[in-house]
Amino acid sequence: MNLVKARGIRKTYQAGEVEVQALKDLSFEIEPASFVSFVGPSGSGKTTLLNLVGCLDRPSGGSLSVAGTDVFSLGRADGATFRGRNIGFVFQDFNLIPVLSVFENVEYPLLMASSLGAKERRDRVESLLEMVGMTDQAKKYPNQVSGGQMQRVAIARALVADPKLVLADEPTANLDHDTAYMVIDLMKSMKEMKKTTFIFSTHDPKIVGEAEIIYTLEDGTLVNREDRRPNHG
Amino acid sequence: MGNLFKIALRNLLRYKRRTLLTSSLITIGVMAVLLFVAISGAFKNMMISQITDSMIGHLQVHKRGYVASIDNLPLHLNLAPKEVQIIERELDDMAGVEAYSPRIKFGGMFSNFEETTNVRLNGVDPARELASAPLLAKRLLQGKESAVMIKSGEILVPELLARGMKVKLGDTVVIVATNRDGSVNAKTFTVSGVLEGLSGPGGRDGYVHIDDAKEILRIDGIEANEYAIRLKDPGALHEVQAHLTESLAANLNKQNMPKFEIHSWEKLSPFYNIARMIDLMTLFIRIMLISIVLVSVMNVMIMAVFERIKEIGTIAAIGTRPGKILSLFLIEGLSLGILGSLIGSILSLAAILILQANPLTFDFGRQKGLVLSPTVDLNEILIVSLLVIAISTLASLQPAFKASRMEPVTAMRQV
Repeated sequence: MNLVKARGIRKTYQAGEVEVQALKDLSFEIEPASFVSFVGPSGSGKTTLLNLVGCLDRPSGGSLSVAGTDVFSLGRADGATFRGRNIGFVFQDFNLIPVLSVFENVEYPLLMASSLGAKERRDRVESLLEMVGMTDQAKKYPNQVSGGQMQRVAIARALVADPKLVLADEPTANLDHDTAYMVIDLMKSMKEMKKTTFIFSTHDPKIVGEAEIIYTLEDGTLVNREDRRPNHG
Repeated sequence: MGNLFKIALRNLLRYKRRTLLTSSLITIGVMAVLLFVAISGAFKNMMISQITDSMIGHLQVHKRGYVASIDNLPLHLNLAPKEVQIIERELDDMAGVEAYSPRIKFGGMFSNFEETTNVRLNGVDPARELASAPLLAKRLLQGKESAVMIKSGEILVPELLARGMKVKLGDTVVIVATNRDGSVNAKTFTVSGVLEGLSGPGGRDGYVHIDDAKEILRIDGIEANEYAIRLKDPGALHEVQAHLTESLAANLNKQNMPKFEIHSWEKLSPFYNIARMIDLMTLFIRIMLISIVLVSVMNVMIMAVFERIKEIGTIAAIGTRPGKILSLFLIEGLSLGILGSLIGSILSLAAILILQANPLTFDFGRQKGLVLSPTVDLNEILIVSLLVIAISTLASLQPAFKASRMEPVTAMRQV
């Protein structure tokens, strides 16, 4: 069963008096535990697509199922609950909460969207911080760690609720080359360890090469799908 | 919920200066209200006790229609011996009554053998009168303190009358009065004291012994036309009044109406209107406090939402339900209210303690050096604090609602 199943997704919005078609009739499927990248130049619709898959935005047409749920039918509150349980996010600007420590930032989704007890939460956060190599920085605040470390914290936060899917919109855009590779490697190893599906967008051709499946977007249209897994090409 | 509080408090501490400024405004507002309530309440209570303890008493009982025509001091509305017995029996049985004093109020002519003028007099039993109006002695401008224990043949003359008629202590004066039947009688008195005049009904009356009043008016047996009642607890005024009204209600006159009327000092003294003005001013001060809290908290919460739009988008994106986002901002407003009201209450109590240690004094009429002893009860502190906390939370509602309704995508686009 596919984790993500999109059929004829369209998204249009108004820019002044002009109607812009950001996504045009997209259909695709993504299997569980895969490492997928959407590539394309700026304005091709990558972020819009990830927002729709992440249940953060509403489409103009089409249908989208994530983990067996028709996400377009979810209301505001149910959408939040669905995201909290099924989807993790990694943002280009890290988007850590400045008043919370590294530990607390990772714990935050569990506080807001789960009913885990304090000990279970602590164990899970400590385990993830260890996986992303941030145990010794747990008490620091976001402004006390580097960009690469912030993104590692963001990855830990995205994975802490054991989501089926992690969406990462340009996760390496604000990082230097070495750190960017480190972050992608981390995401890959997390995918292997936790069997979580990662979908990330990028316009960096070198980073793209790290994905197993690559979808290419141009002007809101899917123009290519490349499966780089052995025996799938 | 505990975690929401933790995050809300950290958010407040993130903008220390702004939080300090807002909570200071709330603190100042709470202090202004509590200090005003404490000082104005002390003034009001002191003035009320001056009026009730000097002259009026807390409650008065008359025959129906007496108060309406009190300017004439009508003797035909005197309480007959049987009625006096009924009233005294009820008052003796009433737990809330500390003391009561029967009075015979009457009008007459006051002569110093050279001039004659009108006078209004109270015939009283001095011991019972002092038990009911213990500050009567404080009104003595001339004469020994023991002069308030009026003996037969003595008179306490109101100050203006004494000055106008040029009488002094030890002078002999004549009181001429017309009794209920229209016949005239006279009696000589020795001036044993001069009383300070007070505002309000009866404030410029003289005092004689009740036996002398009965002698002049040719009253046989026990009669009175006014009962002044002092309560054990002035706070129970309306309760005792209702109780007394009910217990005397069975006594009906020929018109099938209750024979007796029970009035509180509030009905009898014009100071009650001033007391109500003080209460009204307290209300306005409270409204000002509400406005200060409302505007300052709303302002700071609108700023908080505006500055944290991207953060709101992030927490919404990672699964925070709108209700929790709403709660988060409401808790921030609530915390500001709790902080401001807590500090304000503590500082107010400290200021009240300082004022109690260094009392304020003021003069009222001829009374010099009246001491104000401000106090504020726990209920008042609780009411003001709860009001501030509720308004702070309410002021956060609109910004909090706005935050909870933000679309994550739109919010996260904000720089």
